[in-house]
Amino acid sequence: MASVTVSTQKGILRRPMATTGFWSWFTTVDHKKIGILYGVSSFAFFLIGGGEALLIRSQLAKPGNTLLNADQYNQIFTMHALTMIFLFVMPMSAAFFNYLIPLMIGARDVAFPRLNALSFWVFLLGALFLNSSWFLGGAPDGGWFAYAPNSVVDPGNGMTFYAIGLLITGIASTVGAINLAITVINMRAPGMSMFRMPVFVWMGLVVQFLLAFSLPIITVALFQLLFDRRWGTAFFDPTRGGEPILWQHMFWLFGHPEVYILILPAFGIISEILPVFARKPLFGYQFVVFSGIAIGFIGFGVWAHHMYAAGLGPVANTAFGISTAIIAIPTGVKIFNWMGTLYGGDLHFASPMLFAIGAVAMFVIGGLSGVTHSIVPSDYQQTDTYYIVAHLHYVLFGGAVFGIFGGMYYWWPKVFGRMLNEAWGKVQFWILLIGFNLAFAPMHILGLGGMIRREYTYPASLGLTVWNQVSSVGAFTIALSVLLFIINVVRTQAKKRALETDDPWDARTLEWTTPCPPPAYNFAEVPTVHSLDEFWHRKYAEDETGRLVRVPAGASGEAHPTADGHGIHLPSPSFWPLVISLGFPLLGYGVLYSWWLIGAGAVVIVVGLIGFVLEPSVAE
Amino acid sequence: MADVTHDAVHTEHVTSTGLSSTKLAMWLFLASECLLFGGLITAYVLYRGQSTTGPYPQDVFDIGYTSVSSFVLLASSLTMVLSHNAALARDYARMRLWLLGTAMLGLTFVGGQVFEFTTFYHEGLSIKTNLFGSTFFTLTGFHGVHVTVGILMLLILVVLSFRGALSDDPAFPVEMVGLYWHFVDIVWIVIFTLVYLIPSPKPPGVP
Repeated sequence: MASVTVSTQKGILRRPMATTGFWSWFTTVDHKKIGILYGVSSFAFFLIGGGEALLIRSQLAKPGNTLLNADQYNQIFTMHALTMIFLFVMPMSAAFFNYLIPLMIGARDVAFPRLNALSFWVFLLGALFLNSSWFLGGAPDGGWFAYAPNSVVDPGNGMTFYAIGLLITGIASTVGAINLAITVINMRAPGMSMFRMPVFVWMGLVVQFLLAFSLPIITVALFQLLFDRRWGTAFFDPTRGGEPILWQHMFWLFGHPEVYILILPAFGIISEILPVFARKPLFGYQFVVFSGIAIGFIGFGVWAHHMYAAGLGPVANTAFGISTAIIAIPTGVKIFNWMGTLYGGDLHFASPMLFAIGAVAMFVIGGLSGVTHSIVPSDYQQTDTYYIVAHLHYVLFGGAVFGIFGGMYYWWPKVFGRMLNEAWGKVQFWILLIGFNLAFAPMHILGLGGMIRREYTYPASLGLTVWNQVSSVGAFTIALSVLLFIINVVRTQAKKRALETDDPWDARTLEWTTPCPPPAYNFAEVPTVHSLDEFWHRKYAEDETGRLVRVPAGASGEAHPTADGHGIHLPSPSFWPLVISLGFPLLGYGVLYSWWLIGAGAVVIVVGLIGFVLEPSVAE
Repeated sequence: MADVTHDAVHTEHVTSTGLSSTKLAMWLFLASECLLFGGLITAYVLYRGQSTTGPYPQDVFDIGYTSVSSFVLLASSLTMVLSHNAALARDYARMRLWLLGTAMLGLTFVGGQVFEFTTFYHEGLSIKTNLFGSTFFTLTGFHGVHVTVGILMLLILVVLSFRGALSDDPAFPVEMVGLYWHFVDIVWIVIFTLVYLIPSPKPPGVP
């Protein structure tokens, strides 16, 4: 076991020491445990968001349905979007990044382990704060983009919960982004140059920069919305000279980079899975990396394509139409690289591979429908219809969620030391693929047929009934597939460790050089890296005819470390991140209900920060 | 930013770039802050001269008063540098003195801002009066909060230095807080110029 330095300090500033047991999860600063915490909580929110989706599809399953009234429907579709975007895909990506980035770059932890814990707890408490609105007078009901002035004049506290909840989770994401970006830049093992990093790490780096530069923009907008609602400022009030269109600009200036924040992690996962199961290096590594970077840059220059119908005028619409068409190029480059990776490969269709290929295929459909509404006149027909709903689900569900499932099947043995059942995995994939297409493909037809986004019911005379019913059947098929995944997980975790090898997929990257699951210190000896796909090159060489031959175990010095990691200094656990994060919901409720709570929240945060700074360092 | 004292100790010796992780993190944080103030300033500039009722900027601003408090804030950048120099020279008494001096100048500025806000309020300008009030108080208020956070960090540094908890190299945390402090000062230069010095166009019909 790694030695955990015992601090000499007494009293409240003494650092907690337990690294096992139930309570250790509350004080852990281990990136792997924090990754699991992120994963478990975001999956719970996935189930909540999925339940909301099932309610939506039940309501729309027949014309003139009265299962939900308009008000309930508004709250449910808004919370479905917020939950899936901010409480599932973003933190689930954070789970993968947290767990894998240090392992992939040969580091023992992230750059700032306590900040890592802080960003998780702030996220979780912000998420709970947002969801507490259900019990405190009603959830947000203005759509995920909360257009002003609707979101300002909206009665009830829902949109105030929206503003504060997103501010809190935004703080969590900013802290996490800075931490992970610096980890990638500064914590790489010897020899791990930027262009020997796995693509997943690269995509992680791009995402962290996108977060760091787009979140402050929505932060300003959310404060303005909050002040308008709570303290009567005039930012978005047209009767006092304010311009509601400002909200749209600010929102989408964040909102479009956000789209790439959601999809690039899945691109990274796909780029790791395809080479392993095609038994070929990723085709055009540099192109994949640079197109990811290009997407990050161009992503800040396309926001107004969400606003063609807002009346910005032909010049602005044309400019943003062009930049939007341009961003399809680096995305297309990636698709071709993935196809090139598969071409001529020795393909193994294990579950991770199926999900990865499924993600590419579904994303292509969503990407192409996206190109159709980069064209302004075409978008005028499609905007605010179910065609957009179809498009965004093909890229976000088809791209991101398929990618995330692929990542779960691929890295499950790494994280838990057990393989998820392959047969169940394949069945789950096919049911998910069928359910997904049943649910979302008909929405293209519905949208072009005139079905408006966000309407809570429709009359039978519009002829929309059949495709809505198909879509609802698809939604429940997706639910069945998720249920199969959960059963698979429960069955797998109930078994004893059943992994014969620490390298079940014959993988290529450094994280697989560690035992499954990795010890707290990750690497008994920090690895030295000589090439891209380091682990692969330690296992295989080419003979004179260019055929792969396995290097005898131990010959390349990869020898499984026999060292027990004794004497490695790891950061001690800390409870201050949890203390600080408890202050944020207090502040939030304070803004809604009482200045006293604001004061209490501020005191908790300041005391927590001071404790955070003053607690003894592990080096003592 | 609160991490300046501990994690720096561990990350400094072996990093890929040779630079301290804490320093890089501070720079990335400040870059992110640029966009925060960018958004706030954008809103102010966009709504300049758009208020439909008074009071207007020219009715409440006292350029002389704010120039003095701006000078006080900018002077604190000098004392910040002096405290860093003292820390580099391992003259910790002087380092504490200049840290406290910086905090005092910062407090003077924030106090001046509180007085200014109160005066404006009595002259009929609140955050809900008009667009000018909304954008002005939001922008300068956010800046004031940043200065206050900086003051807290300076005072914590002083306390830590008495506890001997500033690691082997006190100049490093002083430098980190200094980066933040200078950033907040520079932002004020932009705000002071855009908000106070450049006259706002009068809305039509106002004498």
